[in-house]
Amino acid sequence: MISRDTLMSWSGRILLYGFLSMLFIVTFFPFWQIFVLSINDGTDSLRGGFLLWPRDISLESYAAVFSNPEITTSVKVTLLRTLLGVPLSVFCIALLAYVLSKKDLVGSRFVNLFFVFTMYFSGGLIPTYMIVKSLGLIDNFLVFLFPGLINIFWMILIRTFMEELPRELEESAQIDGANDVRIFVKVILPVCVPVLATVALFSAIYHWNAWYDSYIYTYNPDLKTLQAVLVKILNQYQTGDMLNDAQQLANEAKKIPVTGESIRMTVTMVATLPIILVYPFVQRFFLKGMLLGAVKN
Amino acid sequence: MLVPGFIWAILFSYGPMLGLYMAFVDYKPTLGNFWSSFLSSEFVGFQWFTLFFAGDDFFLIMRNTLVSSLLTIGIGFLVPILIAVALNEVGSAAFKRIVQTASYMPYFISWVIAANIFVTLLSADGVVNELLKLFGLTKESVLFLQEGKYFWGIVAGANTWKEMGYSSIIYLAAIASINPELYEAAKVDGATRVKQIVHITLPLLKPTIVILLILAVGNIVNTGFDQYFLLGNSLNRDYSDVIDTYSFRYGIQNGMFSYASAVGLFKSIVAFIMVLGVNSLARRMNNNSLF
Repeated sequence: MISRDTLMSWSGRILLYGFLSMLFIVTFFPFWQIFVLSINDGTDSLRGGFLLWPRDISLESYAAVFSNPEITTSVKVTLLRTLLGVPLSVFCIALLAYVLSKKDLVGSRFVNLFFVFTMYFSGGLIPTYMIVKSLGLIDNFLVFLFPGLINIFWMILIRTFMEELPRELEESAQIDGANDVRIFVKVILPVCVPVLATVALFSAIYHWNAWYDSYIYTYNPDLKTLQAVLVKILNQYQTGDMLNDAQQLANEAKKIPVTGESIRMTVTMVATLPIILVYPFVQRFFLKGMLLGAVKN
Repeated sequence: MLVPGFIWAILFSYGPMLGLYMAFVDYKPTLGNFWSSFLSSEFVGFQWFTLFFAGDDFFLIMRNTLVSSLLTIGIGFLVPILIAVALNEVGSAAFKRIVQTASYMPYFISWVIAANIFVTLLSADGVVNELLKLFGLTKESVLFLQEGKYFWGIVAGANTWKEMGYSSIIYLAAIASINPELYEAAKVDGATRVKQIVHITLPLLKPTIVILLILAVGNIVNTGFDQYFLLGNSLNRDYSDVIDTYSFRYGIQNGMFSYASAVGLFKSIVAFIMVLGVNSLARRMNNNSLF
Protein backbone atom coordinates (compact mmCIF):
# COMPACT_ATOMS: atom_id res chain seq x y z
CA MET A 1 0.00 0.00 0.00
CA ILE A 2 2.94 2.38 0.50
CA SER A 3 3.27 4.99 -2.23
CA ARG A 4 1.78 2.98 -5.04
CA ASP A 5 2.35 5.84 -7.46
CA THR A 6 6.15 5.60 -7.30
CA LEU A 7 5.89 2.66 -9.66
CA MET A 8 4.07 4.79 -12.20
CA SER A 9 5.41 6.36 -15.32
CA TRP A 10 5.74 10.14 -15.36
CA SER A 11 2.87 10.53 -17.82
CA GLY A 12 0.71 8.28 -15.67
CA ARG A 13 1.43 10.39 -12.61
CA ILE A 14 0.67 13.62 -14.44
CA LEU A 15 -2.63 12.17 -15.61
CA LEU A 16 -3.47 10.91 -12.11
CA TYR A 17 -2.61 14.08 -10.22
CA GLY A 18 -4.05 16.24 -13.00
CA PHE A 19 -7.38 14.47 -12.80
CA LEU A 20 -7.57 14.66 -9.01
CA SER A 21 -6.47 18.31 -8.97
CA MET A 22 -9.27 19.04 -11.44
CA LEU A 23 -11.67 17.22 -9.13
CA PHE A 24 -10.48 19.36 -6.23
CA ILE A 25 -10.88 22.59 -8.22
CA VAL A 26 -14.34 21.63 -9.49
CA THR A 27 -15.62 20.85 -6.00
CA PHE A 28 -13.78 23.53 -4.05
CA PHE A 29 -13.79 26.54 -6.40
CA PRO A 30 -17.59 27.12 -6.42
CA PHE A 31 -17.53 27.54 -2.64
CA TRP A 32 -14.52 29.81 -2.87
CA GLN A 33 -16.25 31.92 -5.53
CA ILE A 34 -19.29 32.43 -3.29
CA PHE A 35 -17.00 33.36 -0.41
CA VAL A 36 -15.05 35.86 -2.50
CA LEU A 37 -18.24 37.45 -3.84
CA SER A 38 -19.64 37.69 -0.31
CA ILE A 39 -16.67 39.63 1.05
CA ASN A 40 -16.05 41.70 -2.06
CA ASP A 41 -17.61 45.14 -2.26
CA GLY A 42 -21.03 44.65 -3.90
CA THR A 43 -20.82 47.48 -6.41
CA ASP A 44 -17.29 46.48 -7.34
CA SER A 45 -18.52 42.94 -8.15
CA LEU A 46 -20.95 44.45 -10.66
CA ARG A 47 -17.96 45.41 -12.80
CA GLY A 48 -17.72 41.69 -13.51
CA GLY A 49 -14.54 39.90 -14.43
CA PHE A 50 -12.96 36.78 -13.08
CA LEU A 51 -12.69 37.15 -9.30
CA LEU A 52 -10.16 34.68 -7.96
CA TRP A 53 -9.46 36.95 -5.04
CA PRO A 54 -11.53 39.78 -3.55
CA ARG A 55 -10.64 43.08 -5.26
CA ASP A 56 -12.12 45.33 -2.66
CA ILE A 57 -12.78 43.66 0.66
CA SER A 58 -15.92 44.84 2.38
CA LEU A 59 -17.90 43.26 5.18
CA GLU A 60 -20.84 45.58 4.55
CA SER A 61 -23.08 42.82 3.23
CA TYR A 62 -22.41 40.70 6.32
CA ALA A 63 -23.32 43.70 8.45
CA ALA A 64 -26.47 44.19 6.38
CA VAL A 65 -27.41 40.51 6.60
CA PHE A 66 -26.90 40.25 10.34
CA SER A 67 -28.85 43.42 11.03
CA ASN A 68 -31.78 42.19 8.97
CA PRO A 69 -34.50 40.86 11.33
CA GLU A 70 -35.88 38.44 8.72
CA ILE A 71 -32.53 36.69 8.49
CA THR A 72 -31.62 36.75 12.19
CA THR A 73 -35.05 35.32 13.02
CA SER A 74 -34.60 32.58 10.43
CA VAL A 75 -31.19 31.67 11.88
CA LYS A 76 -32.80 31.35 15.32
CA VAL A 77 -35.64 29.19 13.95
CA THR A 78 -33.13 26.96 12.18
CA LEU A 79 -30.96 26.59 15.28
CA LEU A 80 -34.00 25.85 17.45
CA ARG A 81 -35.37 23.17 15.15
CA THR A 82 -31.92 21.58 14.94
CA LEU A 83 -31.39 21.63 18.71
CA LEU A 84 -34.85 20.19 19.42
CA GLY A 85 -35.23 18.01 16.37
CA VAL A 86 -31.96 16.08 16.55
CA PRO A 87 -32.30 14.59 20.06
CA LEU A 88 -36.02 13.91 19.55
CA SER A 89 -35.41 12.15 16.23
CA VAL A 90 -32.41 10.17 17.40
CA PHE A 91 -34.27 8.97 20.50
CA CYS A 92 -37.40 7.93 18.60
CA ILE A 93 -35.44 6.26 15.80
CA ALA A 94 -33.28 4.37 18.32
CA LEU A 95 -36.38 3.26 20.20
CA LEU A 96 -37.93 1.92 17.01
CA ALA A 97 -34.67 0.26 16.00
CA TYR A 98 -34.45 -1.43 19.40
CA VAL A 99 -37.92 -2.95 19.12
CA LEU A 100 -37.35 -4.03 15.53
CA SER A 101 -33.98 -5.57 16.37
CA LYS A 102 -35.74 -8.17 18.53
CA LYS A 103 -36.32 -10.95 16.05
CA ASP A 104 -38.05 -13.18 18.61
CA LEU A 105 -40.90 -10.69 18.97
CA VAL A 106 -44.29 -11.92 17.75
CA GLY A 107 -44.99 -10.52 14.28
CA SER A 108 -41.49 -9.07 14.02
CA ARG A 109 -41.34 -9.77 10.28
CA PHE A 110 -44.64 -8.02 9.67
CA VAL A 111 -43.72 -5.01 11.81
CA ASN A 112 -40.40 -4.64 9.98
CA LEU A 113 -42.18 -4.82 6.64
CA PHE A 114 -44.71 -2.25 7.85
CA PHE A 115 -41.92 0.28 8.35
CA VAL A 116 -39.65 -0.67 5.45
CA PHE A 117 -42.59 -0.40 3.02
CA THR A 118 -42.75 3.34 3.73
CA MET A 119 -39.31 3.67 2.08
CA TYR A 120 -40.61 2.28 -1.19
CA PHE A 121 -44.07 3.74 -1.54
CA SER A 122 -45.25 7.20 -0.64
CA GLY A 123 -48.54 9.03 -0.92
CA GLY A 124 -46.79 11.88 -2.67
CA LEU A 125 -46.65 15.63 -2.19
CA ILE A 126 -50.34 16.52 -2.27
CA PRO A 127 -51.87 13.96 0.12
CA THR A 128 -48.99 14.64 2.53
CA TYR A 129 -49.76 18.34 2.38
CA MET A 130 -53.44 17.60 3.09
CA ILE A 131 -52.61 15.41 6.09
CA VAL A 132 -50.23 18.00 7.52
CA LYS A 133 -52.92 20.62 7.05
CA SER A 134 -55.66 18.53 8.63
CA LEU A 135 -53.43 17.90 11.67
CA GLY A 136 -53.22 21.65 12.25
CA LEU A 137 -49.50 21.74 11.55
CA ILE A 138 -49.68 24.64 9.10
CA ASP A 139 -47.92 27.65 10.63
CA ASN A 140 -46.94 25.53 13.59
CA PHE A 141 -43.34 25.02 14.76
CA LEU A 142 -44.10 21.32 15.31
CA VAL A 143 -44.22 20.83 11.54
CA PHE A 144 -40.41 20.98 11.64
CA LEU A 145 -40.22 18.13 14.15
CA PHE A 146 -42.91 15.55 13.40
CA PRO A 147 -43.28 14.76 9.67
CA GLY A 148 -39.52 14.13 9.47
CA LEU A 149 -39.27 12.58 12.93
CA ILE A 150 -38.26 9.13 11.73
CA ASN A 151 -36.01 8.14 8.89
CA ILE A 152 -36.23 4.44 8.09
CA PHE A 153 -32.81 4.33 6.48
CA TRP A 154 -31.15 5.63 9.67
CA MET A 155 -33.34 3.25 11.68
CA ILE A 156 -31.89 0.31 9.71
CA LEU A 157 -28.39 1.67 10.42
CA ILE A 158 -29.03 1.64 14.17
CA ARG A 159 -30.94 -1.66 14.08
CA THR A 160 -28.00 -3.36 12.34
CA PHE A 161 -25.67 -2.08 15.04
CA MET A 162 -27.98 -3.30 17.80
CA GLU A 163 -28.39 -6.74 16.23
CA GLU A 164 -24.66 -7.25 16.55
CA LEU A 165 -24.57 -6.50 20.29
CA PRO A 166 -23.95 -9.54 22.51
CA ARG A 167 -27.15 -10.93 24.01
CA GLU A 168 -25.54 -11.27 27.46
CA LEU A 169 -25.69 -7.50 27.78
CA GLU A 170 -29.47 -7.53 28.04
CA GLU A 171 -29.77 -10.85 29.80
CA SER A 172 -27.70 -9.75 32.77
CA ALA A 173 -29.85 -6.63 33.12
CA GLN A 174 -33.01 -8.75 32.89
CA ILE A 175 -31.75 -10.96 35.69
CA ASP A 176 -31.29 -7.81 37.76
CA GLY A 177 -34.99 -7.17 37.21
CA ALA A 178 -34.76 -4.16 34.89
CA ASN A 179 -37.74 -3.58 32.57
CA ASP A 180 -37.47 -2.99 28.81
CA VAL A 181 -37.48 0.79 28.98
CA ARG A 182 -34.78 0.76 31.65
CA ILE A 183 -32.66 -1.68 29.68
CA PHE A 184 -33.02 0.50 26.58
CA VAL A 185 -32.02 3.71 28.34
CA LYS A 186 -29.37 2.40 30.73
CA VAL A 187 -27.81 -0.48 28.81
CA ILE A 188 -28.50 -0.24 25.09
CA LEU A 189 -28.22 3.49 24.39
CA PRO A 190 -24.79 3.93 26.05
CA VAL A 191 -23.18 1.18 23.98
CA CYS A 192 -24.75 2.51 20.76
CA VAL A 193 -23.11 5.93 21.05
CA PRO A 194 -20.96 5.58 17.89
CA VAL A 195 -23.91 4.83 15.59
CA LEU A 196 -26.17 7.30 17.43
CA ALA A 197 -23.57 10.03 16.92
CA THR A 198 -23.46 9.27 13.20
CA VAL A 199 -27.25 9.46 12.93
CA ALA A 200 -27.30 12.64 15.04
CA LEU A 201 -24.90 14.26 12.59
CA PHE A 202 -27.02 13.21 9.62
CA SER A 203 -30.07 14.53 11.42
CA ALA A 204 -28.40 17.85 12.25
CA ILE A 205 -27.50 18.31 8.59
CA TYR A 206 -31.07 17.39 7.60
CA HIS A 207 -32.48 20.05 9.93
CA TRP A 208 -29.98 22.71 8.96
CA ASN A 209 -30.63 22.10 5.26
CA ALA A 210 -34.42 21.69 5.41
CA TRP A 211 -36.35 24.27 3.38
CA TYR A 212 -39.37 22.55 1.90
CA ASP A 213 -41.36 22.21 5.14
CA SER A 214 -40.83 25.86 6.03
CA TYR A 215 -41.46 27.01 2.46
CA ILE A 216 -44.73 25.08 2.04
CA TYR A 217 -46.20 24.67 5.50
CA THR A 218 -45.52 28.05 7.08
CA TYR A 219 -46.67 31.55 6.13
CA ASN A 220 -45.68 33.31 9.32
CA PRO A 221 -42.37 35.12 8.72
CA ASP A 222 -41.33 34.18 12.27
CA LEU A 223 -41.33 30.50 11.23
CA LYS A 224 -39.15 30.74 8.14
CA THR A 225 -35.90 28.80 8.26
CA LEU A 226 -32.68 30.22 6.83
CA GLN A 227 -32.81 27.93 3.80
CA ALA A 228 -36.43 28.93 3.11
CA VAL A 229 -35.41 32.61 3.15
CA LEU A 230 -32.61 31.75 0.76
CA VAL A 231 -35.13 30.06 -1.58
CA LYS A 232 -37.15 33.27 -1.59
CA ILE A 233 -34.05 35.30 -2.42
CA LEU A 234 -33.13 32.84 -5.19
CA ASN A 235 -36.65 32.98 -6.65
CA GLN A 236 -36.58 36.76 -6.71
CA TYR A 237 -33.24 36.66 -8.46
CA GLN A 238 -34.40 34.07 -10.99
CA THR A 239 -37.65 35.81 -11.90
CA GLY A 240 -36.16 39.29 -11.93
CA ASP A 241 -32.99 38.41 -13.80
CA MET A 242 -33.85 40.60 -16.82
CA LEU A 243 -35.14 43.56 -14.87
CA ASN A 244 -32.77 43.61 -11.98
CA ASP A 245 -29.82 45.27 -13.68
CA ALA A 246 -31.49 48.67 -13.63
CA GLN A 247 -32.09 48.46 -9.94
CA GLN A 248 -28.49 47.46 -9.32
CA LEU A 249 -27.17 50.29 -11.41
CA ALA A 250 -29.29 52.66 -9.37
CA ASN A 251 -27.67 51.28 -6.27
CA GLU A 252 -24.26 51.77 -7.84
CA ALA A 253 -25.00 55.41 -8.56
CA LYS A 254 -25.87 55.97 -4.95
CA LYS A 255 -22.57 54.33 -3.94
CA ILE A 256 -24.20 51.78 -1.73
CA PRO A 257 -21.62 49.02 -1.28
CA VAL A 258 -24.34 46.39 -0.88
CA THR A 259 -26.27 44.93 -3.81
CA GLY A 260 -28.93 42.26 -4.19
CA GLU A 261 -26.20 40.00 -5.51
CA SER A 262 -23.80 40.50 -2.62
CA ILE A 263 -26.65 39.87 -0.18
CA ARG A 264 -27.55 36.64 -1.97
CA MET A 265 -23.91 35.51 -1.82
CA THR A 266 -23.62 36.41 1.85
CA VAL A 267 -26.77 34.55 2.88
CA THR A 268 -25.59 31.55 0.87
CA MET A 269 -22.28 31.71 2.72
CA VAL A 270 -23.95 32.01 6.13
CA ALA A 271 -26.04 28.93 5.30
CA THR A 272 -22.98 26.99 4.10
CA LEU A 273 -20.42 27.91 6.74
CA PRO A 274 -21.67 25.79 9.65
CA ILE A 275 -21.52 22.70 7.45
CA ILE A 276 -18.08 23.55 6.04
CA LEU A 277 -16.72 24.22 9.51
CA VAL A 278 -18.16 21.14 11.18
CA TYR A 279 -17.84 18.67 8.36
CA PRO A 280 -14.07 18.02 8.12
CA PHE A 281 -13.91 17.25 11.84
CA VAL A 282 -16.65 14.69 11.69
CA GLN A 283 -15.75 13.22 8.34
CA ARG A 284 -14.49 10.04 9.93
CA PHE A 285 -17.82 9.53 11.67
CA PHE A 286 -19.69 10.08 8.44
CA LEU A 287 -17.56 7.72 6.44
CA LYS A 288 -18.13 4.94 8.94
CA GLY A 289 -21.87 5.53 8.90
CA MET A 290 -22.06 5.83 5.14
CA LEU A 291 -20.04 2.69 4.58
CA LEU A 292 -22.19 0.75 6.99
CA GLY A 293 -25.25 2.00 5.13
CA ALA A 294 -23.76 1.35 1.72
CA VAL A 295 -22.84 -2.21 2.59
CA LYS A 296 -26.22 -2.96 4.09
CA ASN A 297 -28.03 -1.47 1.16
CA MET B 1 -42.04 1.27 22.94
CA LEU B 2 -43.31 0.88 19.41
CA VAL B 3 -45.84 3.67 19.89
CA PRO B 4 -43.91 6.77 18.66
CA GLY B 5 -42.71 5.08 15.48
CA PHE B 6 -46.10 3.54 14.88
CA ILE B 7 -47.97 6.83 15.23
CA TRP B 8 -45.46 8.53 12.96
CA ALA B 9 -45.85 5.89 10.23
CA ILE B 10 -49.65 5.93 10.43
CA LEU B 11 -49.86 9.72 10.30
CA PHE B 12 -47.15 10.64 7.83
CA SER B 13 -46.76 7.57 5.62
CA TYR B 14 -49.95 5.53 5.65
CA GLY B 15 -52.17 8.59 6.11
CA PRO B 16 -51.04 10.13 2.82
CA MET B 17 -51.42 6.72 1.14
CA LEU B 18 -55.09 6.68 2.19
CA GLY B 19 -55.26 10.29 1.08
CA LEU B 20 -54.45 9.08 -2.43
CA TYR B 21 -58.17 8.31 -2.68
CA MET B 22 -58.27 11.99 -3.55
CA ALA B 23 -56.97 11.08 -7.02
CA PHE B 24 -60.28 9.30 -7.72
CA VAL B 25 -62.68 12.00 -6.55
CA ASP B 26 -63.40 15.59 -7.48
CA TYR B 27 -62.01 17.17 -4.34
CA LYS B 28 -63.13 20.73 -3.63
CA PRO B 29 -61.11 22.36 -0.88
CA THR B 30 -63.91 24.79 -0.08
CA LEU B 31 -66.24 22.21 1.50
CA GLY B 32 -65.32 22.57 5.17
CA ASN B 33 -62.47 20.60 6.74
CA PHE B 34 -60.30 18.13 4.90
CA TRP B 35 -61.76 14.82 6.04
CA SER B 36 -65.43 15.75 5.62
CA SER B 37 -64.93 17.28 2.19
CA PHE B 38 -62.64 14.40 1.31
CA LEU B 39 -65.30 11.79 2.08
CA SER B 40 -68.21 13.71 0.56
CA SER B 41 -66.41 14.49 -2.71
CA GLU B 42 -67.90 13.05 -5.88
CA PHE B 43 -66.23 9.83 -7.12
CA VAL B 44 -64.95 10.30 -10.65
CA GLY B 45 -62.96 7.09 -11.24
CA PHE B 46 -59.98 7.49 -13.53
CA GLN B 47 -61.03 10.87 -14.92
CA TRP B 48 -57.90 12.69 -13.70
CA PHE B 49 -55.63 9.99 -15.05
CA THR B 50 -57.17 10.09 -18.52
CA LEU B 51 -56.95 13.87 -18.43
CA PHE B 52 -53.23 13.63 -17.62
CA PHE B 53 -52.39 10.90 -20.14
CA ALA B 54 -54.38 12.51 -22.95
CA GLY B 55 -52.97 16.00 -22.43
CA ASP B 56 -49.90 17.43 -24.15
CA ASP B 57 -48.20 17.92 -20.78
CA PHE B 58 -47.79 14.18 -20.28
CA PHE B 59 -45.33 13.80 -23.15
CA LEU B 60 -43.33 16.87 -22.11
CA ILE B 61 -43.12 15.86 -18.45
CA MET B 62 -42.11 12.29 -19.20
CA ARG B 63 -39.56 13.42 -21.75
CA ASN B 64 -37.95 15.81 -19.26
CA THR B 65 -38.00 13.21 -16.49
CA LEU B 66 -36.49 10.41 -18.56
CA VAL B 67 -33.98 12.45 -20.56
CA SER B 68 -32.55 14.35 -17.62
CA SER B 69 -32.36 11.14 -15.56
CA LEU B 70 -30.60 9.23 -18.33
CA LEU B 71 -28.24 12.14 -18.88
CA THR B 72 -27.49 12.20 -15.14
CA ILE B 73 -26.68 8.48 -15.24
CA GLY B 74 -24.63 8.97 -18.40
CA ILE B 75 -22.47 11.73 -16.93
CA GLY B 76 -22.67 10.87 -13.27
CA PHE B 77 -22.19 7.13 -13.28
CA LEU B 78 -18.67 6.88 -14.64
CA VAL B 79 -17.11 9.74 -12.66
CA PRO B 80 -17.29 8.13 -9.17
CA ILE B 81 -15.59 4.99 -10.53
CA LEU B 82 -12.78 7.10 -11.98
CA ILE B 83 -12.46 9.01 -8.70
CA ALA B 84 -12.25 5.84 -6.62
CA VAL B 85 -9.70 4.17 -8.91
CA ALA B 86 -7.61 7.36 -9.05
CA LEU B 87 -7.72 7.97 -5.28
CA ASN B 88 -6.61 4.42 -4.73
CA GLU B 89 -3.46 5.02 -6.79
CA VAL B 90 -2.38 8.14 -4.91
CA GLY B 91 0.61 7.72 -2.64
CA SER B 92 0.47 10.96 -0.67
CA ALA B 93 -2.02 10.54 2.18
CA ALA B 94 -2.33 14.32 2.69
CA PHE B 95 -3.16 14.98 -0.98
CA LYS B 96 -5.67 12.14 -0.93
CA ARG B 97 -7.38 13.49 2.19
CA ILE B 98 -7.65 17.04 0.84
CA VAL B 99 -9.17 15.87 -2.44
CA GLN B 100 -11.56 13.51 -0.67
CA THR B 101 -12.71 16.11 1.84
CA ALA B 102 -13.42 18.61 -0.93
CA SER B 103 -15.21 16.06 -3.08
CA TYR B 104 -17.66 15.03 -0.33
CA MET B 105 -18.56 18.64 0.54
CA PRO B 106 -21.22 19.19 -2.14
CA TYR B 107 -23.15 16.17 -0.89
CA PHE B 108 -23.72 17.75 2.51
CA ILE B 109 -24.95 21.17 1.48
CA SER B 110 -28.59 21.71 0.59
CA TRP B 111 -29.86 22.01 -2.96
CA VAL B 112 -30.78 25.57 -2.05
CA ILE B 113 -27.11 26.42 -1.63
CA ALA B 114 -26.12 24.36 -4.66
CA ALA B 115 -28.74 26.10 -6.80
CA ASN B 116 -27.50 29.51 -5.63
CA ILE B 117 -23.96 28.49 -6.52
CA PHE B 118 -24.94 27.25 -9.99
CA VAL B 119 -27.09 30.29 -10.72
CA THR B 120 -24.09 32.46 -9.85
CA LEU B 121 -21.51 30.51 -11.82
CA LEU B 122 -23.80 30.31 -14.87
CA SER B 123 -25.01 33.92 -14.82
CA ALA B 124 -24.30 36.30 -17.70
CA ASP B 125 -21.16 37.63 -15.99
CA GLY B 126 -20.40 34.43 -14.05
CA VAL B 127 -17.23 32.38 -14.16
CA VAL B 128 -18.43 29.95 -16.84
CA ASN B 129 -19.20 32.76 -19.27
CA GLU B 130 -15.95 34.53 -18.41
CA LEU B 131 -14.02 31.36 -19.20
CA LEU B 132 -15.93 30.76 -22.44
CA LYS B 133 -15.09 34.30 -23.54
CA LEU B 134 -11.47 33.96 -22.44
CA PHE B 135 -11.03 30.93 -24.69
CA GLY B 136 -12.90 32.65 -27.49
CA LEU B 137 -15.71 30.09 -27.51
CA THR B 138 -18.39 32.75 -27.36
CA LYS B 139 -18.61 36.52 -27.78
CA GLU B 140 -21.97 37.09 -26.14
CA SER B 141 -22.74 35.66 -22.71
CA VAL B 142 -24.69 32.43 -22.91
CA LEU B 143 -27.93 32.66 -20.92
CA PHE B 144 -27.69 29.15 -19.52
CA LEU B 145 -30.72 29.16 -17.25
CA GLN B 146 -32.93 31.32 -19.44
CA GLU B 147 -32.68 29.06 -22.49
CA GLY B 148 -34.36 25.71 -21.93
CA LYS B 149 -32.09 23.70 -24.20
CA TYR B 150 -29.24 23.83 -21.68
CA PHE B 151 -31.32 22.72 -18.72
CA TRP B 152 -30.93 18.92 -18.93
CA GLY B 153 -27.17 19.27 -19.19
CA ILE B 154 -27.07 21.71 -16.26
CA VAL B 155 -29.13 19.42 -14.03
CA ALA B 156 -27.06 16.37 -15.00
CA GLY B 157 -23.89 18.32 -14.25
CA ALA B 158 -25.26 19.63 -10.96
CA ASN B 159 -26.39 16.14 -9.90
CA THR B 160 -22.96 14.77 -10.76
CA TRP B 161 -21.17 17.56 -8.92
CA LYS B 162 -23.23 16.98 -5.80
CA GLU B 163 -23.06 13.18 -5.73
CA MET B 164 -19.75 12.11 -7.29
CA GLY B 165 -17.55 12.24 -4.19
CA TYR B 166 -20.09 10.53 -2.00
CA SER B 167 -20.82 7.87 -4.62
CA SER B 168 -17.11 7.09 -4.92
CA ILE B 169 -17.07 5.88 -1.30
CA ILE B 170 -18.80 2.62 -2.12
CA TYR B 171 -16.27 1.89 -4.90
CA LEU B 172 -13.40 2.76 -2.57
CA ALA B 173 -14.82 0.26 -0.09
CA ALA B 174 -15.05 -2.38 -2.81
CA ILE B 175 -11.45 -1.68 -3.86
CA ALA B 176 -10.28 -1.86 -0.25
CA SER B 177 -11.73 -5.36 0.02
CA ILE B 178 -9.62 -6.64 -2.90
CA ASN B 179 -6.99 -9.10 -1.75
CA PRO B 180 -3.58 -7.29 -1.82
CA GLU B 181 -1.89 -10.56 -2.78
CA LEU B 182 -3.40 -10.22 -6.25
CA TYR B 183 -1.45 -6.99 -6.75
CA GLU B 184 1.70 -8.54 -5.28
CA ALA B 185 1.44 -11.46 -7.69
CA ALA B 186 0.87 -9.11 -10.62
CA LYS B 187 3.87 -7.05 -9.58
CA VAL B 188 6.06 -10.16 -9.51
CA ASP B 189 4.89 -10.91 -13.03
CA GLY B 190 5.98 -7.40 -14.03
CA ALA B 191 2.53 -5.81 -14.50
CA THR B 192 2.52 -2.02 -14.62
CA ARG B 193 0.11 0.03 -12.51
CA VAL B 194 -2.13 0.61 -15.49
CA LYS B 195 -2.19 -3.12 -16.23
CA GLN B 196 -3.04 -3.81 -12.59
CA ILE B 197 -5.98 -1.40 -12.82
CA VAL B 198 -7.23 -2.92 -16.05
CA HIS B 199 -6.76 -6.56 -15.10
CA ILE B 200 -7.39 -6.59 -11.34
CA THR B 201 -9.19 -3.49 -10.01
CA LEU B 202 -11.78 -3.00 -12.74
CA PRO B 203 -12.77 -6.66 -13.20
CA LEU B 204 -13.22 -7.04 -9.44
CA LEU B 205 -15.29 -3.84 -9.34
CA LYS B 206 -17.58 -5.12 -12.07
CA PRO B 207 -20.25 -6.71 -9.81
CA THR B 208 -20.51 -3.48 -7.78
CA ILE B 209 -20.69 -1.41 -10.95
CA VAL B 210 -23.42 -3.58 -12.47
CA ILE B 211 -25.56 -3.54 -9.34
CA LEU B 212 -25.27 0.22 -8.86
CA LEU B 213 -26.11 0.79 -12.51
CA ILE B 214 -29.22 -1.37 -12.21
CA LEU B 215 -30.29 0.49 -9.08
CA ALA B 216 -29.71 3.84 -10.80
CA VAL B 217 -31.91 2.79 -13.70
CA GLY B 218 -34.57 1.64 -11.24
CA ASN B 219 -34.68 5.13 -9.78
CA ILE B 220 -35.12 6.82 -13.12
CA VAL B 221 -38.47 8.46 -12.28
CA ASN B 222 -37.23 9.49 -8.82
CA THR B 223 -35.51 12.54 -10.24
CA GLY B 224 -35.62 14.49 -7.01
CA PHE B 225 -37.65 17.64 -6.60
CA ASP B 226 -35.30 20.28 -5.25
CA GLN B 227 -32.90 20.75 -8.15
CA TYR B 228 -35.68 21.02 -10.75
CA PHE B 229 -37.77 23.32 -8.60
CA LEU B 230 -34.88 25.59 -7.63
CA LEU B 231 -33.02 25.78 -10.97
CA GLY B 232 -36.21 25.80 -13.02
CA ASN B 233 -37.94 29.06 -13.95
CA SER B 234 -40.73 30.16 -16.24
CA LEU B 235 -38.30 30.58 -19.15
CA ASN B 236 -36.91 27.04 -19.09
CA ARG B 237 -40.08 25.30 -17.90
CA ASP B 238 -40.62 23.28 -21.10
CA TYR B 239 -37.35 21.53 -20.26
CA SER B 240 -37.26 21.70 -16.46
CA ASP B 241 -40.74 20.48 -15.56
CA VAL B 242 -40.67 16.91 -14.21
CA ILE B 243 -43.43 14.83 -12.58
CA ASP B 244 -42.78 16.17 -9.07
CA THR B 245 -42.61 19.86 -9.98
CA TYR B 246 -45.66 19.48 -12.21
CA SER B 247 -47.70 17.84 -9.46
CA PHE B 248 -46.49 20.48 -7.00
CA ARG B 249 -47.46 23.38 -9.25
CA TYR B 250 -50.92 22.04 -10.08
CA GLY B 251 -51.68 20.94 -6.53
CA ILE B 252 -50.17 23.41 -4.13
CA GLN B 253 -49.89 26.49 -6.31
CA ASN B 254 -53.02 26.10 -8.51
CA GLY B 255 -55.24 24.24 -6.05
CA MET B 256 -56.07 21.34 -8.43
CA PHE B 257 -55.54 18.85 -5.62
CA SER B 258 -57.22 15.82 -7.19
CA TYR B 259 -55.45 16.16 -10.53
CA ALA B 260 -52.09 16.67 -8.84
CA SER B 261 -52.69 13.65 -6.59
CA ALA B 262 -53.42 11.51 -9.65
CA VAL B 263 -50.16 12.65 -11.24
CA GLY B 264 -48.31 11.91 -7.98
CA LEU B 265 -49.93 8.47 -7.68
CA PHE B 266 -48.89 7.62 -11.24
CA LYS B 267 -45.30 8.42 -10.30
CA SER B 268 -45.42 6.52 -7.00
CA ILE B 269 -46.69 3.38 -8.74
CA VAL B 270 -44.14 3.51 -11.57
CA ALA B 271 -41.33 4.16 -9.08
CA PHE B 272 -42.50 1.35 -6.79
CA ILE B 273 -42.69 -1.23 -9.59
CA MET B 274 -39.33 -0.20 -11.04
CA VAL B 275 -37.50 -0.19 -7.72
CA LEU B 276 -38.89 -3.59 -6.70
CA GLY B 277 -38.11 -4.95 -10.16
CA VAL B 278 -34.50 -3.86 -10.17
CA ASN B 279 -34.02 -4.89 -6.55
CA SER B 280 -34.95 -8.47 -7.34
CA LEU B 281 -32.85 -8.32 -10.51
CA ALA B 282 -29.87 -7.04 -8.51
CA ARG B 283 -30.35 -9.75 -5.91
CA ARG B 284 -30.45 -12.44 -8.59
CA MET B 285 -27.29 -11.10 -10.25
CA ASN B 286 -25.58 -10.89 -6.89
CA ASN B 287 -26.30 -14.56 -6.22
CA ASN B 288 -25.21 -15.63 -9.67
CA SER B 289 -21.93 -13.78 -9.46
CA LEU B 290 -20.96 -15.92 -6.49
CA PHE B 291 -20.64 -18.97 -8.75
